[in-house]
Amino acid sequence: MFGIPVLSIITFLPLVGALVILMIRADEEVEARNAKWTAFWVTAITFIGSLSIWFGFDKTTVEFQFVEQGEWLGGAINYHMGVDGISMLFVILTTFLMPFCILASWEAIQTRVKEYMIAFLILETLMIGVFCSLDLVLFYLFFEAGLIPMFLIIGVWGGARRVYASFKFFLYTLAGSVLMLLAIMAMYWQVGTTDIPTLLAYDFPAGMQTWLWLAFFASFAVKMPMWPVHTWLPDAHVEAPTAGSVILAGILLKMGGYGFLRFSLPMFPIASDLFAPMVFGLSVIAIIYTSLVALVQEDMKKLIAYSSVAHMGFVTMGIFAATTQGVQGGIFQMLSHGWVSGALFLCVGVVYDRMHTREIAAYGGLVSRMPIYAFAFMVFTMANVGLPGTSGFVGEFLTIVGVFQVNSWVALLAATGVILSACYALYLYRRVVFGELEKDTLKNIKDVSPRELATLAPLIVATIFFGVYPLPILDVTAVSVDNLVANYQAAVEAHEVAGGGTFDFAWAGFGR
Amino acid sequence: MYEAIVFLPLVGCLIAGLFGRQIGVTASQWVTCGGLVISALLSWVAFYNVALQGQAETIQVLTWIDSGSFEADWRLRIDTLTAVMLVVVTNVSALVHIYSVGYMSHDPHQSRFFAYLSLFTFAMLMLVTADNLVQLFFGWEGVGLASYLLIGFWYKKPTANAAAIKAFVVNRVGDFGLILGLSAIYLTVGSVEYDTIFAAIPGLADDSFMFLGAEFPIVTTICLLLFMGAMGKSAQFLLHTWLPDAMEGPTPVSALIHAATMVTAGVFLVCRMSPLFEFSQDALTVVVFVGATTAFFAATVGLVQNDIKRVIAYSTCSQLGYMFVAAGVGAYEVAMFHLFTHAFFKALLFLGSGSVIHAMSDEQDMRKMGGLYKFVPVTWVMMLIGTLALTGFPLTAGYFSKDAVIEAAFAAQNPVHMYAFWATVVAALFTSFYSWRLIFMTFHGKSRASNEVLSHAHESPPSMMIPLFLLAGGALGAGAMFSSLFIGSSAEGFWAGAILTLEGNTILEDLHHVPAWVKFSPLVMMALGFVTAWYFYIRSPETPKTLAREQELLYKFLLNKWYVDEIYDFLFVKPAFWIGRFFWKQGDGRTIDGLGPDGIAARVLDITRGIGRLQTGYVYHYAFAMLLGIAALTTYFMFGGSH
Repeated sequence: MFGIPVLSIITFLPLVGALVILMIRADEEVEARNAKWTAFWVTAITFIGSLSIWFGFDKTTVEFQFVEQGEWLGGAINYHMGVDGISMLFVILTTFLMPFCILASWEAIQTRVKEYMIAFLILETLMIGVFCSLDLVLFYLFFEAGLIPMFLIIGVWGGARRVYASFKFFLYTLAGSVLMLLAIMAMYWQVGTTDIPTLLAYDFPAGMQTWLWLAFFASFAVKMPMWPVHTWLPDAHVEAPTAGSVILAGILLKMGGYGFLRFSLPMFPIASDLFAPMVFGLSVIAIIYTSLVALVQEDMKKLIAYSSVAHMGFVTMGIFAATTQGVQGGIFQMLSHGWVSGALFLCVGVVYDRMHTREIAAYGGLVSRMPIYAFAFMVFTMANVGLPGTSGFVGEFLTIVGVFQVNSWVALLAATGVILSACYALYLYRRVVFGELEKDTLKNIKDVSPRELATLAPLIVATIFFGVYPLPILDVTAVSVDNLVANYQAAVEAHEVAGGGTFDFAWAGFGR
Repeated sequence: MYEAIVFLPLVGCLIAGLFGRQIGVTASQWVTCGGLVISALLSWVAFYNVALQGQAETIQVLTWIDSGSFEADWRLRIDTLTAVMLVVVTNVSALVHIYSVGYMSHDPHQSRFFAYLSLFTFAMLMLVTADNLVQLFFGWEGVGLASYLLIGFWYKKPTANAAAIKAFVVNRVGDFGLILGLSAIYLTVGSVEYDTIFAAIPGLADDSFMFLGAEFPIVTTICLLLFMGAMGKSAQFLLHTWLPDAMEGPTPVSALIHAATMVTAGVFLVCRMSPLFEFSQDALTVVVFVGATTAFFAATVGLVQNDIKRVIAYSTCSQLGYMFVAAGVGAYEVAMFHLFTHAFFKALLFLGSGSVIHAMSDEQDMRKMGGLYKFVPVTWVMMLIGTLALTGFPLTAGYFSKDAVIEAAFAAQNPVHMYAFWATVVAALFTSFYSWRLIFMTFHGKSRASNEVLSHAHESPPSMMIPLFLLAGGALGAGAMFSSLFIGSSAEGFWAGAILTLEGNTILEDLHHVPAWVKFSPLVMMALGFVTAWYFYIRSPETPKTLAREQELLYKFLLNKWYVDEIYDFLFVKPAFWIGRFFWKQGDGRTIDGLGPDGIAARVLDITRGIGRLQTGYVYHYAFAMLLGIAALTTYFMFGGSH
């Protein structure tokens, strides 16, 4: 737009903010206050700035938009940025959630405030970078570097077992990523470039697709997280500070789904088709297994963490259904889950800041003293349950409709998630919010402060608005998703026509 | 105008709900009641325009979901079927709103209560005006939410909270089927819009599709999946367990949601989907069977309950079974007619019992009542009217609709129609018995209440009595007034295509030509039930106790509601928690973490520790190791290396 490098500005503005905070030198208290305000304004301005790419977005084209390109590292690897209908909204989601994270940390973080804010701002830059990169190496850099600030946020400002959790988080994700790096190198040798648009147009041989797909899958499945590599998530959530959990659930988890949509599906369609049954299986297990596990949790954050895994099961299922409804539903579910689970963690944070425990048994009857809180929590609980009229419904429903067209067994089993989510979410709500307020420790608990209300209210609005009128999101993604699905189907069909059984041909890749 | 009918309750809900504290209770009451009264009046205009003048229309409100070829809009479809439901929903709701002003006057959270009531009404109206299945599903879940909130309205009661969750979750089991049905429809028809579906179904009547790895007939599968949703919402046998528990909510809620409107949504769905069900005889057979079983089952349980509201709840369950029997034999009009009249007399019974409970200082156990007719004579008369209508006393509303159901069951061609006929006839006997038992135990005989309670017993305020009068009018007159329109000579013009019946379906005609003994059987049953109840509870009050003692097994079986709750607890609830804990501790903890990250970390530590132990620091250890190495190398080169 007008030759302004919008994406670079949005991406690096938080980094500039981090540098500014780094230069603040004052008494501890003043320093902390200035750091907080700077971080807040930087994230707020970044969000407002990022809206320009939504308003300026051309919904009718599948081409990448707001493209910037520059030489870097001797021409082999370029600095290439751009967004399309699939990635654009994730940028907005990131910038949207950031100010709430800063606000949620306002009083919860008392030590090393300056460093904390710097970590968050750097994290924001890296996360936006992931969604904007149009070069594989650039993507990988952002993708991996994002681990470091998150690792620090959990490890430094986390709870009692923070070191265990942060290492588990780091090692799990790193192990996955190493394989992805190998795949990236292989792709470079094959095609001679790491430029994503070029790679998207390239036709990888079927045998190679299998390997590349598996390597990418290792990384994204951990990020998502899919069953059975999900066990880092509950630990990470439990130990992370509230804002860390919001980012973790809201955005970091979405990188896996985004990766599937950006790389696995369009670049390796034949392998995706081959492995789709496996992904379906894992998704369905994730939905049922983690929902049941969520039911018996005693820690609020763990419960929501497990429910996140279940919800991500709907996403992977929808994406690999590779139908318009499935993929659009998957994207919508990711966005919706971004703010709904973020909001749920904020809700936990509200009571945690007061009582310093996340144990469900320590609560009960909060509605008597905290009616506004009860209302907000109810809205997000219902969105989590997937009630029509909240944003949680649209994605979940579309993924089921989408996958039904491919495999009715998967749809049937996934639909049990509809029942199970109601069980664990309402059971949690009942134990925390309803009932008689009996515990002495809760007798003087206060309802949400204006600052907390300011963090919850916009999320309530988003939840209901996009539940009733999801069109702004569906419209933006429509053309890109249609194109993705059409190319995918064409590639799979062409392969079947050309090479007989999909099965032997691709599995032959293992022999090489 | 139609927008006003639907959205006025929403406006009322938002104002009372969000600003209830600021504007106060009285203003909240005015806003919500006012909105509903206007809605109710407009709904009669709508009824006149659409049902009597034949001006059906569809109004586009907003685009909702648009994903590829999947489109679902916010749209109001106003045809006769909708118009009937509009009248039922808005009128009962308006009366319940007004009644609640009196009934809830001592409650500290009235604004919230009225907001929920209006929210419910809005969702229910969205359900009945839907033009596609997704909007219907929105309303479907919306009423579920409102029901959840209202059952759990007294959030301090653990039983109320449990009942609220149970209601929501059991309904979700039904929704599970509904979602799959919806997906199946989209897969086969390519749309979720009613008109497109209805147009496509005749062409698919004999087709089958792959579902769960096997070949299934399309229409039957879809119908059964949708019916699963209907079973959940309408509390049919196996998915009925939530309804009696839902009585934990305030009584006006029971009247509105769990008697007159929400629970009939399943019946409405089947009637709305008549263009599908008509093409699947198998699905209709299932509908008849489930309906008849429910009608019988719920009536047997109702015989022995002691909580005044639970008796009426089981009665509702049973009457919903009647409606499904009618729909299942192809007499959708009769189902809708019974739905219509039932709304009046069942709401009347609930609100009347609310008036009794109000008078008895919140006592609900009939064993602690008796002889109340002297204290609350007007309520007594109202309850009598409701009972007469429910048992089908000649010329009351129930007489027209319920008898039509039984006659339709007899006249039908359905394979299980005789089962349905006898089940409904026997249920009619039970209905009469438990209804009169309720009246006798509550209002007649010697009072078993404490003097303390009796000294406070008083007739309810006008805000509670006026709705009773209006409902009583409906319970008496609605049958005679609307019978010819709904199921009589003018039926075809009245429904104007809102319900589809195939050529061969002449049930509406046939049910008027059943043998005389069939026509009289409900009447006989009613009389028999009355006499038995009179003998048991007035003439010889010892008989029921002796009978219960002699037939203890049967009595326990009925009292414990056929042990369905206990079976479910054993089959589903306990295992769910057990499996969850197993997955968590054994699956995540021991297997995944144990073999994965924690296991690897532990092995790495073991190995490093082992290597560390090798480094003892003694020179002779190292020298020995070197010697071993040299020996091994020499051996290798001497024997292996030469090749």
